[in-house]
Amino acid sequence: MFTRYTAALAALLLASAAPLAQAGDKPTDPQIAHIAYTAGVLDIEAAKQALAKSKNKEVIDFAKDMERDHEAVNKQALDLVKKLKVKPEDNATSQALTKAAKEERAKLAELKGAAFDKAYIENEVAYHKQVNGALETLLIPSASNAELKSLLETGLKIFQGHEQHAEHVAGMLK
Amino acid sequence: MSAIALTRLLWLAVPALVLAAVPAAAATIQVTIDKLVFSPANVEAKVGDTIEWVNKDVIAHTATVKGSWEVMMPPKKSASLTLKAAGAVDYFCRFHPNMKGHLDVSP
Repeated sequence: MFTRYTAALAALLLASAAPLAQAGDKPTDPQIAHIAYTAGVLDIEAAKQALAKSKNKEVIDFAKDMERDHEAVNKQALDLVKKLKVKPEDNATSQALTKAAKEERAKLAELKGAAFDKAYIENEVAYHKQVNGALETLLIPSASNAELKSLLETGLKIFQGHEQHAEHVAGMLK
Repeated sequence: MSAIALTRLLWLAVPALVLAAVPAAAATIQVTIDKLVFSPANVEAKVGDTIEWVNKDVIAHTATVKGSWEVMMPPKKSASLTLKAAGAVDYFCRFHPNMKGHLDVSP
């Protein structure tokens, strides 16, 4: 199933090989909730890998910040879907994100020391850029529930902050 | 004047003298953080005033001046700083550098 939102996110994920878009398709609230939650879980997993592998203070501090913020945001998201009685629904975009993150983790697992730190932070910059792009152009405009939209908008501001923070750490590693 | 009346007068006069000795009472100025926005973003204050940041977000923030001070605000908590030096400073949140604030501190 290559709906328009999958295509948009896949295009962000893999600049090449964007599947054909079908006009008029957009993700539903249960799918949006699932995508946003999954994006958070994947960044927490990336942070845990960094905490286990890195010895660099800046990188460790950054990873702790990511773990803490994404856990707090995801808790809010869970509280909200419970309140709204929305059941997050797995979908092709969530699956594509998960697959890409798994591949990245395997790649990072091979690296050590400064090479790991650099690759982790660079991926954090790229990952937040992708997720923010998807939030801005697709997930937020598609959300129909006002509270879900508002949570996504706050999430976008937090993740834009993470993107800048990651860029700052990347600059320090050079 | 009776002794009681004199005592009463002193009770009234002493606090008035103490207040008169401090020309301007130091103020506490609140800056709210809500959805990653410092509000008000620009604050005018005097040396001796206290800035109290009230964090309404579920995530931690900081008010950081590069190469100078930093105040940490845990989720849903407040934190304060008493201003010691005059001057204009830009501050930001170290965790979310897209959050920015400004203080104008007069002597």
